Amino acid sequence: MNILCAGLNHQNAPIEVREKFAVGQHELAETLDAVRTIDGLSGAVILSTCNRVEFYASSICPVRTIDGLRGLMRDRTGYDAPLYIHDTTRSVQHLFRVASGLDSMVIGETEILGQVKKAYSSAAELGATTRHLNKLFQHAFRVAKHVRTETQITRGSTSVGSVAVDLAGKIFGDLSGKRVMILGAGETSERTARSLVSRGVKAVIVSNRTFDRAARLAEEIGGLAIHFDHWQNAFGDIDILICSTAAPHAIVRHEQLAPMMKARPGRPLFIIDLAVPRDVEAAVNNLDGVFLYDIDSLEGIVRQSIETRRSEVVRCEQMISHHVRSFVNWLRHHHEISRL
Amino acid sequence: MDRILLIGAILSLVGSLGYTLFALGAGNFRPGRFNVVAILVAFALMSAFLYLRGKLEGSCPLNSLFDVLIFQSWSFLLIYLVVGTAYRLSLLGAFTAPLAFLMLLVALVGPLDQTPMARATNAWIETHAALSIVAYGALGLAAVAGIMYLLQERLLKAHKVSSLLYNLPPITDLAAAIVRLLWLGIALLTISFAAGMLSQMAVNQVKYTASLAIWGLYALILVLHKFGFAPPRRLALFTVCGFVLVLVSLPGIQYLSSRP
Repeated sequence: MNILCAGLNHQNAPIEVREKFAVGQHELAETLDAVRTIDGLSGAVILSTCNRVEFYASSICPVRTIDGLRGLMRDRTGYDAPLYIHDTTRSVQHLFRVASGLDSMVIGETEILGQVKKAYSSAAELGATTRHLNKLFQHAFRVAKHVRTETQITRGSTSVGSVAVDLAGKIFGDLSGKRVMILGAGETSERTARSLVSRGVKAVIVSNRTFDRAARLAEEIGGLAIHFDHWQNAFGDIDILICSTAAPHAIVRHEQLAPMMKARPGRPLFIIDLAVPRDVEAAVNNLDGVFLYDIDSLEGIVRQSIETRRSEVVRCEQMISHHVRSFVNWLRHHHEISRL
Repeated sequence: MDRILLIGAILSLVGSLGYTLFALGAGNFRPGRFNVVAILVAFALMSAFLYLRGKLEGSCPLNSLFDVLIFQSWSFLLIYLVVGTAYRLSLLGAFTAPLAFLMLLVALVGPLDQTPMARATNAWIETHAALSIVAYGALGLAAVAGIMYLLQERLLKAHKVSSLLYNLPPITDLAAAIVRLLWLGIALLTISFAAGMLSQMAVNQVKYTASLAIWGLYALILVLHKFGFAPPRRLALFTVCGFVLVLVSLPGIQYLSSRP
């Protein structure tokens, strides 16, 4: 019995190509039915995400199966798919790498594991999997867990927004009920605010020199817009401040913030200053309960996280190789693997 | 047999400590089951030891400095298991294990009289002594949480994103844990004093004054916090300094109270 993987991903096909071959959830059953009619193929799982479309199949005749898959893709789209095709060992290795996030655009991202799990369970529910594929995917989930637990491949955040969310979590714990103020409706501040909203912050106040822009952003993220002249009035009630105005000088100063902090003892304030020139005086970070991060420090943390993840890749690959050998040995003991 | 139980507890705590140091060094520390299990094992072994010791002495085993050190170490683990796990402060275990280990080590290898001493029992005195020690366990763990708070706050202020930052609890949770532990400590200390009064035992003046001063110190910290004069950072600092003061002054109090 052979395990095969045929597919295309963000490394070998641009989005214009990938979107042609994507298999949506609504057409999964039909596509799996069609795949299962291919000669020599006994079972299949289709993994279709924004970055990849991959077919994992168990087959007794790899050549015919590959031809069948190519033909099927051509029939569906009218195009020849630029497929990569892996033999048993490389297919197993590929799936383990994919599930562990090593083949992702952002190394170590964890969303892919959920997508692999969903692809497998959908195929299993439709009766499209075989004993070998069941064993392979269960093993892949174990590998992903092992790699995540034993290495730092998922450590840290890889975008300014997620770093801000992580840091907010380390300051406040639970973010639900927290209030955010956005000063200056820039693109990065909007993304950061959206990240925080997705983690359950209670209210967002937007203030911008152009009120219309503040109102528009407030409406989009379900917040409240206030005039720029009045932002200080709402300041006492917020937990997180995101600044990204185009002001040529600091608008949040130490002497201005010190009395405000005294009026709210025991309540920390997290300031994310995304503006250049900076909106917040650096000395503000010395105030008790204030945690100030500017764009350089946030990007520094992102770089550090990416570096940490990259440095872990070799260890992950070693762990995966070990698991691949173990799985292929199991397969060899049970069935002969024919070469592609 | 009882010595083996203590050695087993020490080894278990060393295991927890070694794992923490190794994992922190490798930048891959994940607080969780290992620390909790190691502490549970140590706690079970020490409970067995205290039970056997209590049987030998015919009272709560608090009749010598050797007994007190072990009981204190046991109370640290007890408070951790009750408070640490309940509030998901599992990293507290990584900080508690060395403290408990150190006390056990001093008890076992220090120049202390380890002979069991049988005493006439008085339930109020035993309650007073046992609760005092558990109260100091809570106050000690409040100090440990205080150290964790100061460490986490420093990492956040200095923008030092490390394995430790990801694994230390949020500072807001730590501040809440300090307050809870302080309240628990002072409540137990108050009940212990009440039990002491009910026992009508002869009280040494130095010990009495020192105990009241310690109670007053912690009450003052809590009052300052309650009225906003001790925000979390200051609260953590006061709690750590307070406990260091207690530890440092203990030998002096012991010396003065033993003088005729």
